[in-house]
Amino acid sequence: MATTPVGTLYRGGEGMWSWVAQRITGIAVFFFLYVHVLDTALVRVSPEAYDLVIATYKTPLVNLLEVGLVGAVLYHALNGLRVIAVDFWSRGPRYQRQMLWGIVAVWVLVMVPGTYFMLKHTVEALFGTTS
Amino acid sequence: MSVTDRNLDLGAPRSRRNRQRSNYELYAWVFMRVSGIVLVFLVLGHLFIMNILDGGVQRINFAFVAGRWSSPFWQAWDLIMLWLAMLHGTNGLRTIINDYAERDQTRFWLKMLLYVSSAFIILLGTLVIFTFDPNLG
Repeated sequence: MATTPVGTLYRGGEGMWSWVAQRITGIAVFFFLYVHVLDTALVRVSPEAYDLVIATYKTPLVNLLEVGLVGAVLYHALNGLRVIAVDFWSRGPRYQRQMLWGIVAVWVLVMVPGTYFMLKHTVEALFGTTS
Repeated sequence: MSVTDRNLDLGAPRSRRNRQRSNYELYAWVFMRVSGIVLVFLVLGHLFIMNILDGGVQRINFAFVAGRWSSPFWQAWDLIMLWLAMLHGTNGLRTIINDYAERDQTRFWLKMLLYVSSAFIILLGTLVIFTFDPNLG
């Protein structure tokens, strides 16, 4: 067993927290992928079994979790492209902070309409038609 | 002992070790970037089609899957996405286990568990795409 480290290498700031978020979203998406391949495999069992399990994806709570999933995947994708830019673009390391706020802006711009369309049916079912 | 002897001693730690050198970690690093770029398009496209377009998740059922997988294009899309995403995720989790599991035994068994479950999921998903029967039931 290694001895307890004195002090820490973690430096904080945008660089560290974007890296922490990349790991957390990566683990979450990966575990969902396991489940998702298993639920899709039910198409080999019977149409009824598949439709029954897919019905849970249409319930309000799981529908909300899907927004979280899309948000996690989108962050992981955008920040992954930022990491590639830091690795391969000569000015990448210098602009890593600006690029982070750039992808956060893109994330918000995509998630606002995305959330609207993903939750539209659930909101209408819960609170009556809004239109 | 002379000064010359001491300087010669410095050579030892720099010399190439007998252990066979491997570029495995370099290839894994490159793979994460290449597969990542491909997955940006495949996965975000998949999420857009499944969750946002044309009513989103509410319209998905067995008939919807049957309609999609009647096309080799979507079969190929899903197959490539499955393999790249699983390998990308497995390598990511391998890195995380290597970083945080300090005991050799813990690290070894966590990675064995990871590899076995990932291989199972990849093979299951591949089997499902190739053997899908729209007339089942």
